[in-house]
Amino acid sequence: MAQPKTLFDKIWESHVVDVQEDGTCLLYIDRQIIHEITSAQAFEGLREAGRTVRRPEAQLLVPDHNVPTTDRSLPIENEESRIQIDLLKENAEAFGLPYIELNDIRQGIVHVIGPEQGFTLPGLTMACGDSHTSTHGAFGCLAFGIGTSEVEHVLATQSLIQRPAKNMRVTVDGALPPGVVAKDLALAIIGAIGTAGGTGCVIEYAGKAVEDLSMEGRMTLCNMTIEGGARAGLVAPDRTTFDYVKGRPMAPKGAAWEQAEAYWRTLPSDPGATYDKEVTISAASIEPQVTWGTSPEMVLPISGSVPDPSGEQDGNRKRSLERAIEYMGLSAGQALTDIRVDKVFIGSCTNSRIEDLRTAAAVARGRSVADGVHAMVVPGSGLVKHQAEEEGLDAVFKEAGFDWREPGCSMCIAMNGDMLQPGERSASTSNRNFEGRQGPGGRTHLMSPAMAAAAAVNGHLSDHRELL
Amino acid sequence: MDKFTSLQGIAAPFPMVNVDTDRIIPARFLKTIKKTGLGKNLFNELRYNEDGSEKPDFILNKPAYREAGILVAGDNFGCGSSREHAPWALIDFGIRCVIAPSFADIFNNNASKNGMLLIALPQETVDKLMEDAEKGGNARLSVDLEKQRIVRPDGEVIDFDIDPFKKHCLLNGLDDIALTLQKDDKIGAFEDARKTAQPWA
Repeated sequence: MAQPKTLFDKIWESHVVDVQEDGTCLLYIDRQIIHEITSAQAFEGLREAGRTVRRPEAQLLVPDHNVPTTDRSLPIENEESRIQIDLLKENAEAFGLPYIELNDIRQGIVHVIGPEQGFTLPGLTMACGDSHTSTHGAFGCLAFGIGTSEVEHVLATQSLIQRPAKNMRVTVDGALPPGVVAKDLALAIIGAIGTAGGTGCVIEYAGKAVEDLSMEGRMTLCNMTIEGGARAGLVAPDRTTFDYVKGRPMAPKGAAWEQAEAYWRTLPSDPGATYDKEVTISAASIEPQVTWGTSPEMVLPISGSVPDPSGEQDGNRKRSLERAIEYMGLSAGQALTDIRVDKVFIGSCTNSRIEDLRTAAAVARGRSVADGVHAMVVPGSGLVKHQAEEEGLDAVFKEAGFDWREPGCSMCIAMNGDMLQPGERSASTSNRNFEGRQGPGGRTHLMSPAMAAAAAVNGHLSDHRELL
Repeated sequence: MDKFTSLQGIAAPFPMVNVDTDRIIPARFLKTIKKTGLGKNLFNELRYNEDGSEKPDFILNKPAYREAGILVAGDNFGCGSSREHAPWALIDFGIRCVIAPSFADIFNNNASKNGMLLIALPQETVDKLMEDAEKGGNARLSVDLEKQRIVRPDGEVIDFDIDPFKKHCLLNGLDDIALTLQKDDKIGAFEDARKTAQPWA
C-alpha cells in the first residue's frame, strides 16, 4: 500500500516541476493575486530585464492596502497613494493582466475577493505579496505570502523555488461554546504555540470544531496562521467548501465542476498520515479572547488580567513583557475588562466578511456607540458591502453610531489615513497588534467582531456574551 | 543581486525578541515604488522622536554603531508581514548580515534574494556574539560564507549551517529568475500535462 499522505503532501507533490540534487524544488504556482504595495518593484524588475508575464490569466490585480475608505467619487488626496494605485493599473494594462479597479463593486481586500470570485480553489497553489495569503488555505488551497522578488519570479516563471515545509497538525476537539468563534480559536492557538510555533511548517487544522466552521470562519482561522509563524494553513475541502465555491464567477462549471469536485474529494489527508508536529486543543475550554500586548501571542481570555512580568524567568521574555505593558499603557494585574478604548475597527482580511458583519451587527442592534468612542466598519469588498446593505446591516450600524465605510485594508495596516493617534487605543478585528501597527504610538487589542462591537457600545473591553 | 562572500564589521547588539517587520520598517513608508532610500526609516519608531530628532539611546544612533554592518538579534527576527521593504531598509542602512537564534520564514527568503546573509545559531552562541557586539568598534566580527564560519574578536571560530542553494546564489550573486528560466521547457511540459489532467486549474 502507498505511504499515507497529508493534504499538504498531496498538493505539494502535484505541483513539483523539478527537484534539484540538493532537494530544492521548483514549485508550480497556479494563481497569483497582486496589490499595489508589493508589486511596483516587481514590474520594474520585469521591465529592466525585458521579461514578460508567463501566464497573464493566472494573475488577478486589485488595489486594497492604500485605498481610501471614504467617498470614492473624490480623487485620492494622498499623492503617494494615488501614484501607487495608478501604477498598479498601468502595470495591469502594460502587461495585459486581469485588473479590478477601485470603483468596481468586486474591489476589495485580496484575501476576500479571491474566494469571492472563485479564483481560490481547492488543490491549487496560490501566492500573493502579502503574508495573510494563508487565508486561502481554508479551501484546501496551498497559499502563502511572498516578497516582491518572488512576486516577480511568479510573474516571469509561474513558479517558486522552495523547499518542502514540515507537516504540522492542530486538532481542535469538541465544539466551540456559544459565542466563541473562529477568531477566538485562532488567537487561542497562537497563545498556545507562540508566534514562532509554526516556523518552517504548514499547519493543517483538523477536528470537529474546525469541520463545524463556516468558510468565513475557516478563512479567519487560516488567515492568522502566519501569526503562529507558519506560512500556510490548510483545512481539508468538504461539502462546506464545495457549497461555497460552486457558482462563483471563476469556479469551474458543468462537467469541469464534476471532474474538479471528484478530484478535490481525494485531497484530505489519508488515515495514518504522519505529522512532524502535533498539537491538540479542546474547543470547549476556549473563551472569547483579547490580546493585551504587542504580539499576537500576548493573548488571554476576556476574564483574565494583564500578566505580571516578575514571575517570568527568561530575561529576554521578561523585558519583552515589561516593554509591552509599558507601551500599552497598562499595569500588571489590571482586569482586561477595565481597559477603555478610543477607537473600534471592524474589518481587515481576518474579519470583514458577511458573517463577521452579521455577528457585530447583532451586538450593535438597538444599542449606541459609547461616548468618546469612534467605531468604524469597513467591509472586505464591494460585494460584502452590497450584501450587508441588502440585509439592512448598514442601517443597524449607522443607527448605533458606527461609521460605515468603503472596502479596503484600512486601519489594519493604517496606510490610507485610517489610523490611531499616538496613545490612542483600539479594539480591532484585525490580525496584528505590533507596536505602531495602527499608527505610531497606537495601542491595539485584537478580538472577534462581536467582541469589538461590545467594546464599542460599552467603551471598554468586555465579554459580548453578556449582551446576547 | 549583490554577491555576499565575506564581511568584517561592527556588530550591533539587538537582543529584542520577535522583532516584526512593522518595527523594521513601518507600513507608512511602503508607499514608495523604489527599493532604495528606505534606510533612513529603518527602525523608525525606535530611532526617532516624534519631532524627527534622533533618540540618542537607540543602538544604531550611538557613535560606535552608526557604521554597523551586522546585527546580532533576538529569536524569531523578521516575523509579521511579507514586505521585502524590511531587508531593503536594512541593506540601505548598511546591514548585510543578521545573526539570531531563528528567523521568520518569509523574511528569510526575502533577505537571501537581496544578497543579505542570515545566520541562525543556538541561543547560547548568539549570547556570546551579543557580548562581543556590546563592545562596539573594539570588537569586530568576521563572517566568511564560503567557509561557513564566524570569527570572534578573540579568535574563536563558530561554524554555521546554511541551505546549500542559498549559499550558492549568495556567493555568486545569482538572479534566480534567470536560473528558473533555464527550466522553461520543464515548466511548459508541466503546464501541458496539467491542462489535460486538471483543465479547471
